[in-house]
Amino acid sequence: MKRHLTIEEFSRPSEQLARVDIEDLIPLPPPYDGYKEPEWTRLKDEKRASCECSLDDTVLLSLPKPKSLREERELADKFVAGLQKLFTKENNWTFLQPLVLSMEHCAKCQTCSDACHVFLESGGNDVYRPTYRAEILRRLYYRHVREGGLLSGLTHGRVGMTWTTVARLIELAYRCNLCRRCAQTCPIGVDNALIAREIRKLCSQELGIAPKELHEKGTMLQLSVGSTTGMNSLVVKDNMDFIDEDMSEKTGVKLQSKWDVEGADVLLIHNAGEILAWPENPGAFALILEAAGISWTLSSELAAYDGVNYGLFYDDAQFARIALLHAQAAKKLGVKKIVAGECGHEHKALMVIADRVLTGDLNIPRESSFVLLEEIVNSGKLKLDPSRNNFPVTLHDPCNVVRLMGIVEPQRRILRKIAPQFREMEPHGVDNYCCGGGSGFAIMSGNNFAEWRMKVSGRRKFRQILEAFRDEPDPAQPKYVCAPCSNCKGQIRDLFAHYGAKEKVGLHYGGLVELIVNAMTDVKPGFMDFDAG
Amino acid sequence: MLYRFVYGALIVFLVVVIERVARLATLPVHLRWELYPVAHEENARYGGSFFEHLDWWKRKRNTSMLGELKVMVPEIVLLKAVHEHNRSLWYRSFPFHFGLYLMALFVALLVGGGVAQAFGVEIGASAPSIGLALHWATKVVGFAALGLMGLGALGLLVRRLTDPTLRAFSATADYFNLLVFIALAVVGLVASITSDVDFVELRRFTQSLATVHLDAPAPGGWVGAEIAMASAVLAYIPATHMSHFFTKWFMYHSVRWDDRVNTVGSPLEGRIVSQLGYKVDWSAAHIQGGNRKSWVDVATEKPEPKP
Ligand code: SF4
Ligand code: SF4
Repeated sequence: MKRHLTIEEFSRPSEQLARVDIEDLIPLPPPYDGYKEPEWTRLKDEKRASCECSLDDTVLLSLPKPKSLREERELADKFVAGLQKLFTKENNWTFLQPLVLSMEHCAKCQTCSDACHVFLESGGNDVYRPTYRAEILRRLYYRHVREGGLLSGLTHGRVGMTWTTVARLIELAYRCNLCRRCAQTCPIGVDNALIAREIRKLCSQELGIAPKELHEKGTMLQLSVGSTTGMNSLVVKDNMDFIDEDMSEKTGVKLQSKWDVEGADVLLIHNAGEILAWPENPGAFALILEAAGISWTLSSELAAYDGVNYGLFYDDAQFARIALLHAQAAKKLGVKKIVAGECGHEHKALMVIADRVLTGDLNIPRESSFVLLEEIVNSGKLKLDPSRNNFPVTLHDPCNVVRLMGIVEPQRRILRKIAPQFREMEPHGVDNYCCGGGSGFAIMSGNNFAEWRMKVSGRRKFRQILEAFRDEPDPAQPKYVCAPCSNCKGQIRDLFAHYGAKEKVGLHYGGLVELIVNAMTDVKPGFMDFDAG
Repeated sequence: MLYRFVYGALIVFLVVVIERVARLATLPVHLRWELYPVAHEENARYGGSFFEHLDWWKRKRNTSMLGELKVMVPEIVLLKAVHEHNRSLWYRSFPFHFGLYLMALFVALLVGGGVAQAFGVEIGASAPSIGLALHWATKVVGFAALGLMGLGALGLLVRRLTDPTLRAFSATADYFNLLVFIALAVVGLVASITSDVDFVELRRFTQSLATVHLDAPAPGGWVGAEIAMASAVLAYIPATHMSHFFTKWFMYHSVRWDDRVNTVGSPLEGRIVSQLGYKVDWSAAHIQGGNRKSWVDVATEKPEPKP
């Protein structure tokens, strides 16, 4: 049974601060009414003994327990040093103003909590309130940055500055998808997602603590090898050759991807995860661009064939390094614009966040593939037969592209043209819910974290998908969730597998370009094969 | 003494507001962090942005001030976001905030009345036209302001005390702040009902304040207490999170709706370039700033893997 948490107890050591009982989870609609989630896989005793796992039912970071009280103190002091740096303009000009505004003006009204899918689907567990981690940081800020002394306890409340506080707070910063739905509803404009990101940043930039999926296997790998997938430029080209061959055979249209074409109009950057996990997506892009006669290219420069930029989720320095590599590749080729493939965080990283990082001749125009695709679909250059897509389709709005960039309609206008049974999820557009894999969670599955992504953070999206297809209960009728974002697709893939949704409901998922190619009359029918694995 | 106290409170209020505004306004330009709908966009009705257009950088942007007003005015006057997302709170929060707006209007009417009186305008129930209007306007607004503010604050306090979640998040000051407003409303109502039902004393006081007649007799008793309390509250508000009544402007214009695009050669780019020269002190292994490296150095170097 959940119980109310106080802020003060966050700093007090205990075996586990918060629990989500399976009974607390909000029941799902048919055909999952009556479905009971499996119990949490209990973290192994050795894990509990050696790592900091005292926040909730899962653990992401597996921070080793300090060996002595002295080490605990040192780490806590280091956190305070980082906290102080977070509020200096030299160290954090990038987000200082929004951060100070959010730190100093929360009225603690809890309006934002009811906007958060993580909080709601957990059955209203206090630890997942958007405000909970924010309030802890706020109290530490007033005590250790604004140096409010003893008075700060009276005016802003107390929380102990202990290693337990730090270890739990880092972990808790990774229970938020950074979807900013909560920020949208705050009457004052406070942004608790930003606060979660800034906690992550402080820990990465000062303490060197970040999930390995984001750091070692993420940005560091991308900066050294070229991609978070581990593919170097030779491997990626080889893989794309395979994709070209496969696509040519499947579609009957001869295809050859373009690499390093100087002076091309468009440099297309995919999330390289697509090449490995959903090869039909980059294949479909190539086919559409060729058919439309677009002058385009891919780049084999370091990091430029992978639009991933996990720095967006946790670290400004890593963010800037990767954004620079993307821009430098475009500059080297002399392209007119960079086009972001179907990857939400790539969109936001390149087009919005990097906007105030890239200066001079690195400031090359950057555009969404959704917009280019709409132009192509409208141009009449592709012969399209919507009846080839005559099955129920719904659209998932990737938060990064929609709520955080305002690209809402182009993808819908395409769907309305090519998918006769398109229907919206509720709510949608800028009010959408995150898939539950946002801010890098979709690539995180260590320990039992994948369970948390399914049971808690992804539950609202699964619910929305079921509701969108409520009128189509027959599992033999394939239904398609168009999720034009690699990260979201990863999460939706895992959700469907967890719930056996393909068998039980007939649910399938994929991107936008696949639907376009499926409707092209120049392509052999049946490009999308719902019977295949 | 009371005059000096009021002037002092006013000065503290202004100094703190100016200091806070200056502190926020002079912070460095930050990376973009807008949140849609952005009210000045032409497609704000569904949250669309300029990014929805092909070659958006070649297109002239149409932004609408009216669009911003359409969001800001209902938000400020009616607390639209609370109404939409937290209705039960709105029933308490709206009277409280509206009471405060009326309070500001009440003070403006008293000052206006005081100045008019100094120019010989007679104000009262039997005065002609303007004087009569001022008399009734002040009376209605004054009682409504005190009543709504007090009831709203009481509602908020009860909720904060009885809702376990709100209680968990509340510091002593959060209760104190609400108590202060309740006390002010009670003292104000007692003062008005017992000794200044037409606000004649208050108006005479504001007349002396506005015309700087410090030797005029200041009200004592309940009315004096009311004035002293109101002044202290005025000085106190901007030092608390209640400063959101003016910092909200930054929240919206400098963050949520700040979608200014960085263009080559623009003043914005100039600011960014200078900030990229700031020295970095982050000490994780992949940065090791040590106040030696600038952001440009950090962004252009290849990070060392963990030692
Ligand atoms: S962030 Fe906003 S909505 Fe949430 S508690 Fe604070 S003021 Fe209320
Ligand atoms: S950003 Fe999203 S996941 Fe994080 S607290 Fe807000 S609503 Fe919840």
